[in-house]
Amino acid sequence: MAVLSTAASRSHRQAATRREWRRFVIGMLFVMPWLLGFIFWTAYPILASLYYSFTAYDVLNPPRFIGWANYVNLFQHDNLFQTVLGNTIYFVVVGVPAVLIISFLMANLLNKEMRFRALFRTAFFVPSIVPAVASAMVWLWMYNPNYGLIDNILATFNIPAVPWLSSLRLAKLSLIFINVWASGSAILIFLGALQDVPRSLYDAAVVDGANRWQRFWNVTVPMSSPAILFVAITSMIGTFQYFTLPWLLTQGGPDNATNLYAVYLYQNAFQFFKMGYASAMAWVLFVIIVVFTVLIFRTGGAKVYYGGQVD
Amino acid sequence: MSQAVLPKAYTPAAARGARTEFDAGSILRSGLFYLGMLALALIFVLPLIWMLSTSLKNDVQTYHVPPIWLPWPMRFANYPEAMRAQPFGLFFLNSFRYALLTVIGQLLSCALAAYGFARLRWKGRNVLFAICLATMMIPFQVTMVPLFITFKHLGWINSYKPLIVPAFFGSAYFIFLLRQFFLSIPQELSEAARIDGASDLGILVRIILPLAKPALAVVGLFQFMGAWDNYLGPLIYLNSQHKYPVALGLQLFQSNFVEKLAWPYLMAATTVTILPIIILFYATQRILVEGISITGIKG
Repeated sequence: MAVLSTAASRSHRQAATRREWRRFVIGMLFVMPWLLGFIFWTAYPILASLYYSFTAYDVLNPPRFIGWANYVNLFQHDNLFQTVLGNTIYFVVVGVPAVLIISFLMANLLNKEMRFRALFRTAFFVPSIVPAVASAMVWLWMYNPNYGLIDNILATFNIPAVPWLSSLRLAKLSLIFINVWASGSAILIFLGALQDVPRSLYDAAVVDGANRWQRFWNVTVPMSSPAILFVAITSMIGTFQYFTLPWLLTQGGPDNATNLYAVYLYQNAFQFFKMGYASAMAWVLFVIIVVFTVLIFRTGGAKVYYGGQVD
Repeated sequence: MSQAVLPKAYTPAAARGARTEFDAGSILRSGLFYLGMLALALIFVLPLIWMLSTSLKNDVQTYHVPPIWLPWPMRFANYPEAMRAQPFGLFFLNSFRYALLTVIGQLLSCALAAYGFARLRWKGRNVLFAICLATMMIPFQVTMVPLFITFKHLGWINSYKPLIVPAFFGSAYFIFLLRQFFLSIPQELSEAARIDGASDLGILVRIILPLAKPALAVVGLFQFMGAWDNYLGPLIYLNSQHKYPVALGLQLFQSNFVEKLAWPYLMAATTVTILPIIILFYATQRILVEGISITGIKG
């Protein structure tokens, strides 16, 4: 009997491991396309990029190992890099809060009871689906000194033309304004979050005598904080990689005032063929993005209120 | 929660009273509100109206001060003339082919991976899914240079292969999106099919995918728009002008024509470039709007 039962349990165990093995194989088969893609298009390039960042590599000749030289050059000898980094941080520090505040306020306006809501929502959202190149062309014409819409209207009132894209002082803000214009998806995300705020919280706040302003700060903002955090982080990452509009509208000018990280990185890689240098820049970018993400989580994350915490 | 935070300085009656009264003041206020909303909405769509208006102008109307909103006569000939000035038909075909093929690739590969991550239990699944999510953190710039070198060695430069082939291997963001949706489908449906002898592939194709049509539509839509919009990728990989997608074609057009101040032509070409996206948007507005708010909340 004893012999029989151990034999039975052994075959049970074997059957169990066989089943588990079979499950593993089937699971792996389903994710295999992604897994292969991860190895080819992500894991290997990451390792290769890390290696290239320690080399001098112009594509024609094989990469030559030069240690930390690229990183040292970036921070000690490349003045343009400092400018570019400063510009990009300006875009993040000014542009991201601008997008957050304006799109959150727009979402609050849209969340009111009103006629034609769908129409207003469409109006706010449409700019964000315009392809970047097309929006570059539209704004090139909008900002055109003398005949673009804005300067044309100014000229009507005999106000001298403003060089929106070629003025050192205005070029950055002109580009940031386009970002705000195209922030429709942030508006939609906020609108989704606002519609999930339970009405009972507002009713309770009214009973407690909270005015509109207090309801906004003590109910609306905390209840939408996960969405705010999400938009803050995604638009921060997007800004660090902002390429098409500065590339097409200002080519980094005037005097590098709008030369941004992704633009300078692209130039190093594909115009100057400094692949190693560009790779080092990419890794520095990655570290900066991680630092900013942690920073946003540290400063804002503690205040984020998740629905699960109620009740 | 709210009780602890809020001071009790205002009486509830005052708060209610302000809300329910219908007097001249409230009508004026709501009138002002609609006026304000209209002004805001106009600011947002003004650049596009200006684009459309310019695309129908002749030279005199284009450089007229003050600006002309409704040009008369309208110069519709700008459109065919602009389309002929560059092979825009070809650029469109290139873009459509590129966008559609990547949509097919993403839907196939992401649906498979999302099923593996959402509906099957196996050793290593959670680790791999965590890795999949982590790849979303990697900026494109990190992999850009090695990918270019790899594709160069493969002889894929100046073709659409570097832009299309990776789409058949999925993208973390879409896998995540589909997985969230697959998780919400009751497990009993799969179990019933399994008892009837269906394989996992059969369950995916016959049960999960038909139920996940909205999520698949969101993925397809996002991918199509992303491909149509993609500028940096084609800029890196494509050299010959006849292979350009509309994004590069439009920029080529601009660099050839701006010296001649041919703004109506450029705006006509820009309008045509936006048109497929606007049509797609109107056809799928509900799906798109829901998709974006879902990704925001779940993300």
